[in-house]
Order: sequence, then C-alpha cells, then structure tokens
Amino acid sequence: MSHLRKRNAPIEPLSASNHNAAPAPLVGEDTTKRATIGLDLMTYEQLEDFGNELDAVRQRVLDDLGQTDADYIRRVIKVQRVFDVLGRVGIFFPFFLPVFIAGIVCLAVAKILENMEIGHNVMHGQYDWMNDPVVDGKKYEWDNVAPAQDWKHGHNYIHHTYTNIHGMDRDIGYNMFRIDEAQPWYPSHRVNLPLAFLLMLFFEWGVMYHGIELDEYLGGRMSKSEFKARKKRAWQKVRRQVVKDYVAFPVLAIPLIPFTAWWVPLAVLGGNVAANIIRNIWTFIIIFCGHFPAEVETFTEDEAQNETRGQWYLRQLLGSANITGSRPFHVMTGNLSYQVEHHLFPDIPARRYPEVAEDVHLLVEKYGLTYNTGRLSKQIGSVVRQLAVLGRKPSDPYKVGNSPESKALRREKREAEKAAREAMANA
Amino acid sequence: MGIVRKALASRPIAALTSPHTIDHYLDQIHPMLAVKHVRARVVEVVHETGVASTVVLRPNGAWRGFKPGQHVEFGVEVDGKRRVRVFSVSSSARRKDGTFSVSVKAHPDGYVSQYLHHELSPRTLIHLSQADGDFVLPDVVPDDLLLLSGGSGITPVMSMLRTLSESGHTGRVTFLHYARSREDEMFSEELDALAASYEFVRIVRVYTREPEADAELAGRFDLVHLKHLEVDPTSTLSYVCGPAGLIASVRDTYDELGAAEQLHTEYFKVPTVDLDAEDATGTLTFDDSGIDAANSGATILEQAEAAGLTPEFGCRMGVCNTCALKKNHGAVRHVITGEVSASTDETVKICVHVPVGDVNVAL
Repeated sequence: MSHLRKRNAPIEPLSASNHNAAPAPLVGEDTTKRATIGLDLMTYEQLEDFGNELDAVRQRVLDDLGQTDADYIRRVIKVQRVFDVLGRVGIFFPFFLPVFIAGIVCLAVAKILENMEIGHNVMHGQYDWMNDPVVDGKKYEWDNVAPAQDWKHGHNYIHHTYTNIHGMDRDIGYNMFRIDEAQPWYPSHRVNLPLAFLLMLFFEWGVMYHGIELDEYLGGRMSKSEFKARKKRAWQKVRRQVVKDYVAFPVLAIPLIPFTAWWVPLAVLGGNVAANIIRNIWTFIIIFCGHFPAEVETFTEDEAQNETRGQWYLRQLLGSANITGSRPFHVMTGNLSYQVEHHLFPDIPARRYPEVAEDVHLLVEKYGLTYNTGRLSKQIGSVVRQLAVLGRKPSDPYKVGNSPESKALRREKREAEKAAREAMANA
Repeated sequence: MGIVRKALASRPIAALTSPHTIDHYLDQIHPMLAVKHVRARVVEVVHETGVASTVVLRPNGAWRGFKPGQHVEFGVEVDGKRRVRVFSVSSSARRKDGTFSVSVKAHPDGYVSQYLHHELSPRTLIHLSQADGDFVLPDVVPDDLLLLSGGSGITPVMSMLRTLSESGHTGRVTFLHYARSREDEMFSEELDALAASYEFVRIVRVYTREPEADAELAGRFDLVHLKHLEVDPTSTLSYVCGPAGLIASVRDTYDELGAAEQLHTEYFKVPTVDLDAEDATGTLTFDDSGIDAANSGATILEQAEAAGLTPEFGCRMGVCNTCALKKNHGAVRHVITGEVSASTDETVKICVHVPVGDVNVAL
C-alpha cells in the first residue's frame, strides 16, 4: 500500500461488520465526539431511522436482482456495439456528407453509452453479482483516456465516500473552479467560466489529469512511486486511445485514397475528434449538473467526523442534484440524472434508480428534507451562474485564499497543529 | 489455429478494438463466435445414476481440446448470475464428432451440480475455460498402468480409460474403482462392456456399502487389493482420484513402499459449507501469496491484514468496490445482508465478506 492516505486508516473501530461506523479517515481523534451533519434537520434517532429505512430500500433491490437486470445491461451493450460499428463505418464516407455526419453522431452516442451507462456503472461494481467478466467492475476498462484503475480510486472511493467534504472530496471544483461559497477564492477563479468551457471540450483529458493526482503528490500526501505508477498507467491508456482513434482508423482509410480523395484519412481523424468532443461535452454537462448547482450542500471535515450511516446517507442526499427527463435521456446520462439515488446506492444497477427514487421521495417527505431536482436547462443555468458569481473576488477577505487575513488564519492553524503534535510527543 | 482466427487475434485488430477485444464485438453477432472465449452448447444431458449426470458439450472454435484427466471451468448462467464450477472431462479424447463431456455427481448442497442434474437443457450456452491440469497420462503410456478412483473421482480416469481403449493401447491397464454401491456408480454398463471388449484392461469395482456376493475384493482401499490385482506400486504408473481420505491412504501406502514418484493424485473438491456454523471454521488461503490462515471469523480484508498482507481497500463499508477481488473457491457470507455465496471464481468485496469454512482468494 503505497498511497499514504490509505495507510493512515485505522482498522479496528472500522470493521465493516459495523456498517454504521464512519469510513476510514473520518474517525476523529476524539471518538466520543458525534458528527453534526443533519442536526438542523433531524435528531440522532431520526437519522438512525432514516439510515435504516434507506438500508432496507437498498436490500430490497439487491434481493430482487436477476435476469431482467442482466438482460438490460446486455441489451445496452448490444445497442452500444451497433452504434459503435455504424459510427466507425459511417465516418469512412466523408465524401458523402449525410453518412459522415450520421457516422459521427453514432460514434458519439456509442462513446457516451460506453462511458456512462456501461463503463461508469460497471466500474462501480453494479453488475459484479452477475459474475460475468464482460461486466466485471474489477476488469472493465472504458473507452476514455483516463485509466480505469485511477479513476475508480478517485471516483468510487474518494468522491463517493467523502462526497462534498471540503479538503477530502477532490471533485469539488476539481481543483480548478470555485463552485462553492466555502472554497477560498484565488485570482485564477476569475476565468472560472472560460476555463470550464475549455474543460468541457477536453473533459476526458481533464478526468485523466485529475486521476494522476499531481496535487496530492506535490502536497506530500502521495509517495513518489505511487505517483510514477499513476503517470505510467495514464501514458499507457492515452497511447492506446490515441493510437486507436487518431492513428489506426485513419490509417485504415488510406486504401480508400485511390478511389476517393487524399484527404479521406484526415476526415476519418476529424470524425473521431468530433465524436470524442461531443462525448466530452455531454459527460461534462451531466457531471457538473450532478453536484454543482447552487442548492447543493457541502460539508466540513469537522461536521462529518464520526458520522453514522444515516448521516452518510443524508450527506449524499444533500450533496447531489437530479435532472428530470425522458427515459432515453436517463439512459444517455447513464442514469446519473438520478445523481441522488446514485450517491445513496452507488453499487446497485443504475436502471433501478427510477424505482428507488420513489422510495427516496417518500423518505424525503417523511423527514421534511429537500430533494434537489430540475430540468437540464435549469441545472445548467444554475451551474453557469455559480461559476460566474463565485469567480468574482469576494469582499470578505477571509474568503480570499491569498489575503493576509487567510494566510494568518492558516498559519495559526498550522502552528496549533504543530503544538498539538509536540504536546503528543512530549506526553 | 486458423488464419482468420490468427488474424482476428492479432495486435492491429486489438489496437482497433481497444479497450475492448474483438470477442466483445463478435459476441453480438453470435454467442459461439469468439477468438478467445471458449463457449459451448449443451448437446444432451444423460442421467448416469439417480444423482449423477453427464453433460455432452459442443465447444466453439476457441476450444483447444483436452488431455484425458484434465478439468475445465464450467460456467452456466441462472437468473442472470454466472455460476462457475470445475469439472473433469469424462469423455474420450479420441472422439471425432467435436463434442466432449463432463460428468457430475449432484452434491446435496451443490447449486450448480443440482441444476445440471435437474434443469439443464440442450442448447444452453456454457462458458468454459481451456482444459487445464497436470493429472494427465504421459505422451507414451508405459506398459503397466493403474487407474484408481473413488466415488465421483471416476470421471478423469474414465476419460483416460476410454481414450486408451479407443486408441488401441496394448499395455496392461488396471482399473480399480470404489463406490458405495452399484446404484451409486457412474458408467456401470459401459464399464461392464469395456471389461468384456477391451482385452488389455482389468476392471475391478469394490462396493463398500453394499458389496456384491461374488466380489473379488471388499472394503476400503488396502495394499492387499493391489497385491490381489498383481499391481506392484513401485513399477506401475498410478493415477488416483477421489475423496481426500482415499488419496491419503493410497499416498501413505506408496510412501511406505518408496513408490511416491509413480503416484499422480487429483482431489475432488466438494466445498464443505456448514451454513449453520456460528463458529469460524476452516482455513482462509491467500492463493497468490501462498499464505494459509485459520479462519478467525473476521472479514477477509481484516484477516488478510492480520496475516501481514496489504490488500487495496477504500471505504471499508461495501460501497466503493476498491477491495473487490477474485474468490477462487469456498463460501463467504456478506456481513450486512447475511447472504452466502459459494460460486467458484466470483468477485467479492473482501471488506464485507467473512469466510464460511475453507475459502481461497486471489490475494
């Protein structure tokens, strides 16, 4: 285990047999202290019941998994493969524009289905119960430049366990954007919006870069060997993806030149670029709408220390936002339009989210909670507004990261921590 | 390997289909069409005894054949879930019709073996591995050969016997089989017929529970049985397959005579699952590291850490799937749901599973 963060995890009090215990690093030094998440909404007893009721919903679905779920994911895979092949063939006809454009669209749809409804969900282990190597979360590698292994660590573990906790969930603004009031403002946030637009076009590259976790390495929280291994995996995956989309398929079009025109291989290359960009735009939009709309809540490490199962569930509920839409729309988002349900139950097959959403709604009503949902246009609008508003320099100096006030605050905190460490060492 | 198959398995094709393989596309055209994935259709299911059956399979072109005595992973899907077990091939390697068969005794708690016996129907798609195992005859079979088996351990040696008979092997073959009774014995009629038609074999069956009146041998395995059959362990290449008890006593006998190098053994693993056991029993084996640990009743992750291993983990609460790995065999119980799963070769999250009896994980 070379990753420092993993090594720190204590073992005894976190036995998985006690499912109501907080996940690893969230156990504070004072284990008698209770997490405060949700106390403004519910009592500890209610939180306990809330957790139990959601556990029951999850169990009901798990007990019901069977042939229809297996048939569903296989049908999606079949449709994805058909679009994939149609798209690959279509972009070989750049001299016949309607077919070329249809090819790009088919290929983009194939990549979207592969990344979202198949890749993302399979890599969550949603279909591991089928015991079929094709949909095995451990083995699956997706059609994306980000290597599955590092994406799974950052996404399944870090993001899904410490969802929306400042300083723990690296997906809050991806270390690039100021998307939450509680994040310190830096001058680079002035370009929040144009930067987000660029990231949208090249999202898969952003995901790959995010997975290398350069900031963790520079911050001394990751060993050099782990960092090197991440870079190596990323290079390997990038090479494979680039060779396929931008070399192999264009080369395959070279024999067409005598019968058509010299630029046909370049058009094939362009078709692949276009399909990848369409996929990037779509996945970016869906993912940004899942956690970044204005009403979504974030948390501090202090609030979440020693949280219970019920509080973990509540944090997921308050920290995610849904998008309404038609059934084909939900499939194209990988059912991540049911972001709330996905965060409550990340490892049950995504096609079950609409069904569990009904139970979640009932519980939300019962406990008087809020449930963030809205049309795609509304959620996009909210995200854009957040990026624009939070990109401006706040008047409160404590919200500006490099203001003398913030620096003094950080110094104070560092010194307090150092003093505490020394006191521990002396004792 | 045909030219088309070779071309499809080539690197340029892999570069075009990355990160998937060509089989992921061929799959969609026809399930039997594959370059690497071995699949088969069930041709028929023959009931051998009241509880044992032979499944005749027609594999696809990816199947590279088997040597008599080898076993194969047999995966069948029931209600969306693939159940994988390992079975010995029982048919002759000389079969010309492109089929082979496995023979299975239905274990009372064995989900797959029960399913095979009672429900498996022709045309069902079976997911196979390539045949594997070192329990095989040498390329040149010596003149003296002993095939010894107990119970359902008869299947690999039956494949050997059938192959030897069909290839016209003229060395002396002694086939000694222990079964509880004739009703309990697989291939009874074929063995009778072979005893009459294959002049170089001597087939002797010992029914331990219900011995026949005129039987030449009785009781459990003993050196006396070999002496009676004029088999000299020190000079006879011997294959024994069956329950652990039988193998242990044969091995002791051979060891005492200094004939250990003549003996080839194959255990028949029937997972012993004691579902009601409250106490932690059995051994947890970390296969890749070669470490055995007495099952302490804790989760596999904790036991691995206690054994000094450092498996990957994340949330430790069954959410993130970071710790999921292959369980080679054995039964595990989910600590939250209480669900027990006993499939061979399945992926489990080790942070929320405790072993039930003997478990072997790829760690």
